[in-house]
Amino acid sequence: MYINIKQITAAVLICVTVVSCSKEIAERTKNTPALNPANIDLNAGTWKPVLLSAPDEFAVAAPGAASGPGYTAELNEIKGYQKSMTGVQKERLNYWSAGAVFRWNEIMRGLVAKYNLPPFQNPDGTYPVPDANNPFNNPQFPFANPPYASRAYAYVSAAQYDALVAAWHYKKLYNRSAPYKINNTITTLLPQSDLPSYPSEDAVVVGVMIEMLKLFFPGEQATIQQLATEHKNARIMAGMNVRSDIEAGEALGRLVAQKFVTRARGDRAGAAVGTPAIWQQMETQTAATGEMPWISQESPKRPAMLPLFGRVRTWLFDSATLVTTVRPGPPPSTKSEKFKQEVAEVLHYSKNATRAELAIVHYWADGLATHTPPGHWNAIAADDFVGQRFSEVRWARNMALLNMSMMDAAIACWDAKFAYFNPRPSQVNPEIKTWTGLPNFPSYTSGHSTFSGAAATILGRIIPARKTAYENMAREASLSRLYGAIHYRSDCEEGLKCGNVIGGYAIARANLDGAN
Amino acid sequence: MKLTIKTVWVLLLCITAKYSSAQTDIDAIMMEKNAFCVGPGYSYSSWKNYWEGAKKRENLNLGTVSTQMFAVMGNYGVSNKLNVLFNVPYVVTKASAGTLRGQSGLQDLSLMLKYRAINQKINNSRIALFGLLGGSLPMSNYNADLLPLSIGLQSKTAMARLMLDYYYDNKWFATASATYVYRSNVTLDRDSYYTDQFILSNEVKMPNATSYNIRAGYRTQWLIAEAVLNNWTTKGGFDITQNNMPFISNRMNATSLGANFKFVFRKLPQLSLTGGASHVVAGRNMGQSFNVNGAVFYVFDLNKKEKKDKQGTN
Repeated sequence: MYINIKQITAAVLICVTVVSCSKEIAERTKNTPALNPANIDLNAGTWKPVLLSAPDEFAVAAPGAASGPGYTAELNEIKGYQKSMTGVQKERLNYWSAGAVFRWNEIMRGLVAKYNLPPFQNPDGTYPVPDANNPFNNPQFPFANPPYASRAYAYVSAAQYDALVAAWHYKKLYNRSAPYKINNTITTLLPQSDLPSYPSEDAVVVGVMIEMLKLFFPGEQATIQQLATEHKNARIMAGMNVRSDIEAGEALGRLVAQKFVTRARGDRAGAAVGTPAIWQQMETQTAATGEMPWISQESPKRPAMLPLFGRVRTWLFDSATLVTTVRPGPPPSTKSEKFKQEVAEVLHYSKNATRAELAIVHYWADGLATHTPPGHWNAIAADDFVGQRFSEVRWARNMALLNMSMMDAAIACWDAKFAYFNPRPSQVNPEIKTWTGLPNFPSYTSGHSTFSGAAATILGRIIPARKTAYENMAREASLSRLYGAIHYRSDCEEGLKCGNVIGGYAIARANLDGAN
Repeated sequence: MKLTIKTVWVLLLCITAKYSSAQTDIDAIMMEKNAFCVGPGYSYSSWKNYWEGAKKRENLNLGTVSTQMFAVMGNYGVSNKLNVLFNVPYVVTKASAGTLRGQSGLQDLSLMLKYRAINQKINNSRIALFGLLGGSLPMSNYNADLLPLSIGLQSKTAMARLMLDYYYDNKWFATASATYVYRSNVTLDRDSYYTDQFILSNEVKMPNATSYNIRAGYRTQWLIAEAVLNNWTTKGGFDITQNNMPFISNRMNATSLGANFKFVFRKLPQLSLTGGASHVVAGRNMGQSFNVNGAVFYVFDLNKKEKKDKQGTN
């Protein structure tokens, strides 16, 4: 042999080592520890709800006595589970223990990412509209684009918050202790707390999710039901709740959710797609002012995304305030010198963006098949909230503030986009090529900037120590759209400011909701 | 927007097709000891149709997607039985329609060790068995997350190949090879992504791949003409969902048919020209590309003192 056998062996060994390397991904929240609140917020039943007229608007019956045979049977269920728990069951128990609001927020971001895909065109070049009654058809329902996603996150978070405020009211009222406090033969697998266990806060969240996701992701019922069952059982297995805590919580969650479903059905989002006549009118009336109107650059031309989303009902201010106070002033005229300069700046980034700027473009792109920009801010919030050790009800309150802000940001941004109907840079100058997908709706203002401005403002109120960090992130997210050559600087700056204003309304609410 | 795969092409070119049939890691030709064959190559591939999962479609927002590759490749004879091969490609991509900017940059350096373990003459025939080990490494921090316009996948690869060559009457040949490619995970500029599930990480698990290659035709010292069948199969990965962008960990499969030639100048035997073309006939999550390529090679004899002590082994 010409070549040393040792060398061959070494080469083969290297090869085998490389191949056997584990490729498993360490997801960043996989091993999030069990929620162990720094403060159980025992008085959260007095916090101001979003839609409920009072925390006891929906009745929850008093629990049975903790001494009778019924309760003993419930304890036996826990013991039965704990006697023969499998490794998989333990793993799932730990998964859910990280927090109900936290885990379901994550699950929902996954659903948004799964459904964030635009319909494929018909053979005649038109596009089908997703239909809630046929979620499995082509196209699937929903197309979970950023406005849709912001609305779903907001309703779910707000409903969870109201339902948990109600739950906390009954917890304090009935004051039933956790099973491990009532009976010392019950082993707890998770951190103990003094929070009364009836109704179960986890089951409240489950009840809300089951009802809300029927509306927002009707094609996912099978998966949702499976997760719901697993979550509820995990709490019983962990010795944290007895079955009656769970059942009362789920029932309460479902009832509160119904109230939010009713609001959603009447919030005008169902009409946000518009009609061909409305689409044409927007173009015509902008052209009549002498400004260049937006035109779809997709092929075949796709109707703009949800042109009437700006008329959807807001959470934090009313529709008059939206138009008079929140709506940004007009963009630079498409005939002005300032506009020319801004186009030139976009062209500059289109040709010369640095690798570092491109990393920013892609980090914040949150385009197709992602959880969208509002989802990204939910992820940022969730990662930070874990470290804050919030109670479930405070988690829900903070998520509700964040997501109501971002849905209002979507409404305000879409209102501006379709009021001004401003063309994209690449429409004005075909030399401008983009570093990321070009969104199919008018340019002014930037959605990313508006979402980020709103999110950073309210998050800075929730975790003051991170205020500057959030502001920096928002500015980076905003500029990412300029670097990506899909927005003018005005779109980004005015969007960010508008978002900040909306975040201010959320702060005003936070100051008065009784949670401080 | 919706896009597709193309980048894989680039990867495929690196790993398998290479430039036609001149002493590459996919043919049975060896450089003799201390000979160094090097040269520039160019390839152009483009596609209009692609497979979204198993469904073939076009995308009017991309039009025709093209990839050009400029490369320097070389092969050095450590001995008559052991060669070292390298390839340094610069890649330029472009879409003829839509607004997305094409990308360009230095792509992945590939290195291969090629060892001829058996070279046995039987009557009029000769059978040779080769083992190859190698891999590739990104040479620049290009962005892999904008398929099909990314210039590469950013994955580091390691590969092992077994190759059998049958040569008859000093004219006719057939070569078959099988390759296993290990692909390292890739980190993207993202906070999360969706494959067939939601992943809260910026790291992407890359499926490994196998490749089969069969080539046959006429081969002498002066002229080679061959037909090539190549298959690339990703072991795992997921399909592009309807109207989605392609993703780096998609299941990317392709079978291509092609033909190559190599011409050696009799007046200057150190100099050779190669060329070839191939077309994808079946695929999954990839563009149906047509590829043409050409290269010029020159062989330097670094064997100063002991010249002619060994004959070229072809």
